[in-house]
Amino acid sequence: MSHRVIVPIGPYHPLQEEPEFFKLYVEGEKVVDIDIVIGYMHRGIEKLSESKHFDQVSFLVERICGICSNSHPFAYVNAVEDLARISVPERALFIRTIIAELERLHSHLLWLGLAGHFIGYNTVWMWSWKYREPVLDILELITGNRQHYAMMTVGGVRRDIRKEDIPEIKKMTHDLIPVLNMFKGAVMDDPVIHARTRKVGILTKEEAIDYCVVGPTARASGIPIDIRKDDPYGAYDRIDWKIITQEEGDIFAKLVVRVLEMYESIRIIEQCLDKMPEGPIDADVKEIPQGEGIGHIEAPRGECFHYVRSDGTNSPIRHKIRAPSYMNVASNKVAAVGGTISDAAITLAAVDPCYCCTERTAVIDKDSDKKIMNGWDLVRLSQEKTVRLKKGLSK
Amino acid sequence: MPISDTIKNEFSKEILEIKEHSNVRTYISLEPKDIPKAARFVFKDLDCRFVTASGIDTPDCIEILYHFSHDASGEMITLKAKLKDKKNPHIESLAPLMKGAEWIEREIWEMLGVQFDNHPNLKRLLLDEELPEDFHPLRKEKKEL
Repeated sequence: MSHRVIVPIGPYHPLQEEPEFFKLYVEGEKVVDIDIVIGYMHRGIEKLSESKHFDQVSFLVERICGICSNSHPFAYVNAVEDLARISVPERALFIRTIIAELERLHSHLLWLGLAGHFIGYNTVWMWSWKYREPVLDILELITGNRQHYAMMTVGGVRRDIRKEDIPEIKKMTHDLIPVLNMFKGAVMDDPVIHARTRKVGILTKEEAIDYCVVGPTARASGIPIDIRKDDPYGAYDRIDWKIITQEEGDIFAKLVVRVLEMYESIRIIEQCLDKMPEGPIDADVKEIPQGEGIGHIEAPRGECFHYVRSDGTNSPIRHKIRAPSYMNVASNKVAAVGGTISDAAITLAAVDPCYCCTERTAVIDKDSDKKIMNGWDLVRLSQEKTVRLKKGLSK
Repeated sequence: MPISDTIKNEFSKEILEIKEHSNVRTYISLEPKDIPKAARFVFKDLDCRFVTASGIDTPDCIEILYHFSHDASGEMITLKAKLKDKKNPHIESLAPLMKGAEWIEREIWEMLGVQFDNHPNLKRLLLDEELPEDFHPLRKEKKEL
């Protein structure tokens, strides 16, 4: 008789960075269904935004996420500039692009480290986070902050990139290439990483379209979408770079996409630094007219979408925000189901299952849905086993 | 031919209003009953990607905006529906058409109280389940707790 067991991961779990709740339905080792519960981080930012001045909103939306804290303000200013038909000075577009790509670099390095950690490859974790530091140092050099850069403003950017800083930025990107080569070698050749990530957590192209996933998740399933190319913003249409795609849709493909994308980010940053024209960095916008606007950008995790409606006053009357993970997390419903529970950790990518929490486990009869064994029964079983072992030892 | 023109030709009778904000931003107003048909055409036949939906509480109606992105051309198509009955707003769910619409419809349901007919799993997404059923925080005349 097969027993269906619920293994809860979250909402608060030592290995999760953020509260989220995955309820894994397991038969033996196999994950047969998954229930995703979110909302633990809901702070009502869309509503808050309606009480802020247009200029203040970019600082508010920066607080949505600590890792891609440039993506939300970038999408928001694009939406307001679309609404008010503002043309942004060239130099500001290049600076925005540089910040966005520096952010992609550090975000992908952070993910790579976590992915290594989740499959028990802690060397990758430590290396990756070590080499992420110089990227953050450069962001601090340019913006004054490692995170929450406060660079975006409607009509331009708030800080210029100083001439004397450019050699230091170039040195960082130059030094990062051998590091990426090392990671590429470690990922592509390591048999352990192959065994843990190949043909695991597959999201097929059809499923990816059905769940409307975005970013590296979509590109790893063979969908060549990238907002930077499709609907260019910033300075992405003025430089030479390419979209990275893979066909397999498994964890390995997602890994490859992210590693190779970092090379493209370096290419983009270097070209921007060379081609950046002189001039003003802000269009000096005075007021926002009535209307509606859409801004969407390619954040490290995929398309970040903002819709802003204005009635001609100081604040938006509606501000809709959709982060990329909103689409991507839901696709775990197909990616994790059918795999084994040991693969769930890396498939869900941000979580690690905890088998020891016996008081949170219940054995359920699959057909009748009735509990046949609860946490206390498991404790009793374990105590009986200890007694048996003790008896065996004393013989 | 731009995607917006293809939709214009296909739904010339149904379209109430069309607003071309720029080359890549088009807003198309339709009757709520025509939304599933138009969304199917945009999603299946034109290979657009469903981005998200926005629900807006305005003084005389609740507007639902379905944002689609045609990634091959970079065009963003927004289908608009106005739900006049603010006391009991309802519209056909798009979740049977694409799974990507499931969460956002749950969110609009809890935030604005819009009923999505034939949604497979209409329950709270972000808010606490303990909150009263008729508490919709994005309604302008929202009930205080």
